Amino acid sequence: MTENLNVFAVRTLTQKEYFTPGHRSCQGCAEALAVRLVAKALGGNVIIANATGCMEIVSSPLPYTAWRVPWFHVAFENTAAVASGIESALKVLMRKGRIPRKKIVTLAMGGDGGTADIGLQALSGALERGHNFLYVCTDNEAYMNTGIQRSSSTPFGASTTTSPVGRVQMGQITWKKNMPAIAAAHNIPYVATACPSYPIDLVQKVKKAADIEGPAYVHILSVCPTGWRSAPELSIRLGRLAVETGIFPLYEVEKGQYRLSIDFPKLKSIKDYTKLQGRFRHLTDEMIEEIETRVHKEYEQLRAKAGKGS
Amino acid sequence: MGKRIGMEVSIAAAEAVKQANVDLISAYPITPQTHIVEHLSELVANGDLDAEFFCVESEHSALSVCVGAAATGARTFTCTSSQGLALMSEITYIASGLRLPMLMIISNRTISAPLSIWNDHSDTMSIRDCGWIQFFVENGQEVYDHVFVSYRLGEDKNVLFPVIINMDGFILSHVIEPIELIEQEKIDQFLPPYQPVHQLHPDHPVTMGAFALPAIFAETKKAQEEALRSSMPKIIETWKAFGDMTGRYYHPVETYKTEDADTLLLTMGSFGETASVAVDKMREEGRSVGLVKIRLWRPFPFDDLKQATLHAKRLVVIDRAISVGACGPVASEVKAALYGNDRRPSVYNFVAGISGRDVTPSDFIKMVDKAELEIEEGNREGYEIYGVRG
Repeated sequence: MTENLNVFAVRTLTQKEYFTPGHRSCQGCAEALAVRLVAKALGGNVIIANATGCMEIVSSPLPYTAWRVPWFHVAFENTAAVASGIESALKVLMRKGRIPRKKIVTLAMGGDGGTADIGLQALSGALERGHNFLYVCTDNEAYMNTGIQRSSSTPFGASTTTSPVGRVQMGQITWKKNMPAIAAAHNIPYVATACPSYPIDLVQKVKKAADIEGPAYVHILSVCPTGWRSAPELSIRLGRLAVETGIFPLYEVEKGQYRLSIDFPKLKSIKDYTKLQGRFRHLTDEMIEEIETRVHKEYEQLRAKAGKGS
Repeated sequence: MGKRIGMEVSIAAAEAVKQANVDLISAYPITPQTHIVEHLSELVANGDLDAEFFCVESEHSALSVCVGAAATGARTFTCTSSQGLALMSEITYIASGLRLPMLMIISNRTISAPLSIWNDHSDTMSIRDCGWIQFFVENGQEVYDHVFVSYRLGEDKNVLFPVIINMDGFILSHVIEPIELIEQEKIDQFLPPYQPVHQLHPDHPVTMGAFALPAIFAETKKAQEEALRSSMPKIIETWKAFGDMTGRYYHPVETYKTEDADTLLLTMGSFGETASVAVDKMREEGRSVGLVKIRLWRPFPFDDLKQATLHAKRLVVIDRAISVGACGPVASEVKAALYGNDRRPSVYNFVAGISGRDVTPSDFIKMVDKAELEIEEGNREGYEIYGVRG
């Protein structure tokens, strides 16, 4: 259990801020917290390619910047391609002696829209080509930057501005795309899920992902109080509940081997999670049961993959 | 003098990219651009060129990879055509807005629908306003030469713009022409390794690609526009330096037998050579006809064009693209350039050679005949798609 490592790990975490205070994210934004932790985990020797989205907008209003590390925004759907270019340029410039040889991590970052929807093709290409880079998806489960529109990562039943609750339709009618499984299907060396409510686990996974040679993918659930219609002070608790209910299990896929980071013999009730969020307030008992059945089935499938079949 | 050898123009382009010692090549296959990347991949596979080379999953990513690598300080190359260019068009605007030097060769091909692999300029006209320096070339030698010109120019600290070389697909890309290759030592002297002003590196962190609110956006865009316009002297200077090295001098607008010509043909791209044959023939017949060729499409050479057309009575502008619902894009530009003159020629606009339709010297003569007749009859705003049934 990662909890046992807390004391050790907290003291090894740098006090330096690379994603600095003063950026313009909303109160209680767990995505900003996730990005801050990712930046701390990677330290100063990093170049970041950031997709268009919340984190790009809150951190880079010209002429200001929240970044103390080199940071690059090009467009929405091409972040993995931009990172491919950065990684390859570093490689060739070091080989030709134009810049000194040293380890520099190439980090590509995007939200769920920039990753699971519009950026999926570029990401798949970069994973397949085997670039030595880390892709972090900060998943807040909708297009929050443009005003809470549904994405393929929005969970079943959630109300968004384009999957509203109407007289004949109750929020999102499709199930959340399993992006970590898609990344893992590329047979890359490392895939993990994380959540800033488990900061030590997150930091360790990001460090491991950066150290591994080849492409790595870390999918981070990022609670969005604005889009989830939840209280800002509940962001950490909601992240924990997402994990404890089995909705967002924390696991790693290292060289094809699944490992659960935390396993729960008994999962908490889905209602504990949904009742704190306005986006789920319309859910009927039947819908909650449907969600619970699916979550439990998928959790057992994951446990089986991790060698913990019941 | 360098060696003059026969080679396919696409191969010559790839050889130039090799001689320019690029660091990274990223592309996606599309006809008729493929021969360039095929040859480059051979050069890398044989160890003749030390560069990162990869075929990405789309043209959008091809240019995005170049943008990422250029921002990191690499000399990059990509090439495309038609639908591929349309797909990467979003990133063309970003590359120039970020002031990242790089080279793209466009093997010009028409835009679907209907789908057609053959040549015209509709692909490049769709990104006319993307903010790159844009050349049109007439033959294989000019493609080869402009690779070196483009890198040296784009990477100049007073320029910092990406550059496009437009070469007509198939008509140039797939033909074998005599090419005079330049010795490597000369090229190394003409084109030293790329020294970026800013680059992504942890030793000196910079933020690139920040977003702008209205209070600062317009100023940023104005700075970009002024920088592109004021790159003109550098373009002239780079061509001069190249001419001093090779004896081949290039100009924004070039003229052929325009002295005292009453009627001027005006072309862009490979039309130029064919049209010059037509001009020779008409001159032999005693007709007062000359030829003006636009080599530099952006920044647009307003002054040079005015100068070149100063004494003409009639201008026959041959476009190789349609601006549907308006007229040929070159004609629009030419008319705009000449409007401020007190004395200006009548402009008759033909669209010809769409989707690779053959345009021969006799076609140019027919177009001049038609334009002269129409203008004589008082039609000063003529526009037609030449040689089309129905």
